[in-house]
Amino acid sequence: MKKILSIFAMLILFSSVASAEKVLRIGVEGAYPPFSQTNSDGSLSGFDIDIANALCDSLNVKCKLVKQDWDGIIPALLARKYDAIIASMTINEERKKKVDFTNKYYASPARFVVRKDANMEIVNADLKGKTVGVQVATVMEKFVIDNYKDLGILKVRSYNTQDEANLDLTAGRIDLGFMEFGVAEEFLKSKTGAKFKMAGPSFAQEKWFGEGIGIAVRKTSKSLKNDLNKAIQAIRKNGTYDKIRAKYFAYDIYGE
Amino acid sequence: MDFSIIFENLHRYQEGLWITLQLTSLSVTIGLFLALILALMKNTTNPILSGFARCYIYVIRGTPLLVQLYLVYYGLSQLEIVRESFLWIFFREPYLCALFALTLNTSAYGAEIIRGAIKQTSLYEIEASYAFGMSKVQCYRRVIFPSVVRQAMPAYFNEIILMLHATSLVSTITIVDITGVARMLNSRYYAPFEAFISAGIIYLLLTILLVSIFTTLEKRINKQAYQLKIT
Repeated sequence: MKKILSIFAMLILFSSVASAEKVLRIGVEGAYPPFSQTNSDGSLSGFDIDIANALCDSLNVKCKLVKQDWDGIIPALLARKYDAIIASMTINEERKKKVDFTNKYYASPARFVVRKDANMEIVNADLKGKTVGVQVATVMEKFVIDNYKDLGILKVRSYNTQDEANLDLTAGRIDLGFMEFGVAEEFLKSKTGAKFKMAGPSFAQEKWFGEGIGIAVRKTSKSLKNDLNKAIQAIRKNGTYDKIRAKYFAYDIYGE
Repeated sequence: MDFSIIFENLHRYQEGLWITLQLTSLSVTIGLFLALILALMKNTTNPILSGFARCYIYVIRGTPLLVQLYLVYYGLSQLEIVRESFLWIFFREPYLCALFALTLNTSAYGAEIIRGAIKQTSLYEIEASYAFGMSKVQCYRRVIFPSVVRQAMPAYFNEIILMLHATSLVSTITIVDITGVARMLNSRYYAPFEAFISAGIIYLLLTILLVSIFTTLEKRINKQAYQLKIT
């Protein structure tokens, strides 16, 4: 009995030594270019991914990125599949009921995207009866439902990923896309997006688009939230943030 | 658990229920016609017709419905030829794409059920009908089909229930059926239990309803057949 106990004790000791290097598990989406995308070899890249790695470096922990579909990304955080979400998630009241957010790490408005030859202005008369495609459970979806669908102006179709919405936009199944500015820009740069342009004003009303994009953590992870806030400040100060930013965007995506 | 979310959104489930019922009934009805034609084709001695039917059934039954759905919805829309042609009016709509894929799928399974039932018809009965001087068409109408209906019924009713459940896949191509509503509520309120339990209950009630209708129908048709035999 004593022997078994001592073996157990040793096992526990060893395992605690092995985990001396702390691992931070981060949920990412991997289907939201240029913020998060899965490359053909299965690896992840994008602004969110680089920011995640930079924050881990700053915190001196090992990053473990976990890919998770968007519509299950908060439930999986609550189910402890990972400890934080870095997936371009807007800080808003509904989500705050379930999770805590760090300060923003960027803020970016949303834009309509239409075909170049569409001859359509973003005014209600032109939009009447048209169909807009958005990603499910995003602030963009909520915005078009509240401001266009419920007023009987636009029809709304919700997609699991932004990539699928873009596919249907190029196929001509939907007349407009409504997406975050950086995503729209990336789409217009792509081969299939060349026939499209942004239209109408930038939308950034706080009621829908909140205080910007933050990192979500469980409500019980107070110290992790503080650490991440400090890390965001640190990479903003030491120039890492700007280096990553310049890789993807020609403008300052952090906002004022 | 907070079921108030569900009660606030009951009208959404109602709309979803309507879509599910439409897709199930339409695909099963059109699919039954196709299945009948396919079964007859497979039973002919014409090698082209029976070969086509055999290949079709092989391919459809050999691939998952979800793959077929994606091929029809996202695959076809990538082809310039489809997008430029009159077919696009049809394939542009997610609802029609879903109906198309579901119908093709159930027609292959239905064809096998019907073909099996035709094969099961007693040879004596068929021979007797020819001895009475019936033509081939008359034999099919008076002898084989009534027997097929009785033989195929239980398996076909099962296929209908499977189709009801299979329609849940259409939520992956932006259609808001019962499952689509559940997914939407889950992603909006982060309440997977409430959303999917409600969807499950609706499917369960629908299945119970269908089963009771089918049992009554089966009893009635078998009773008629029995009475015909003894008179």
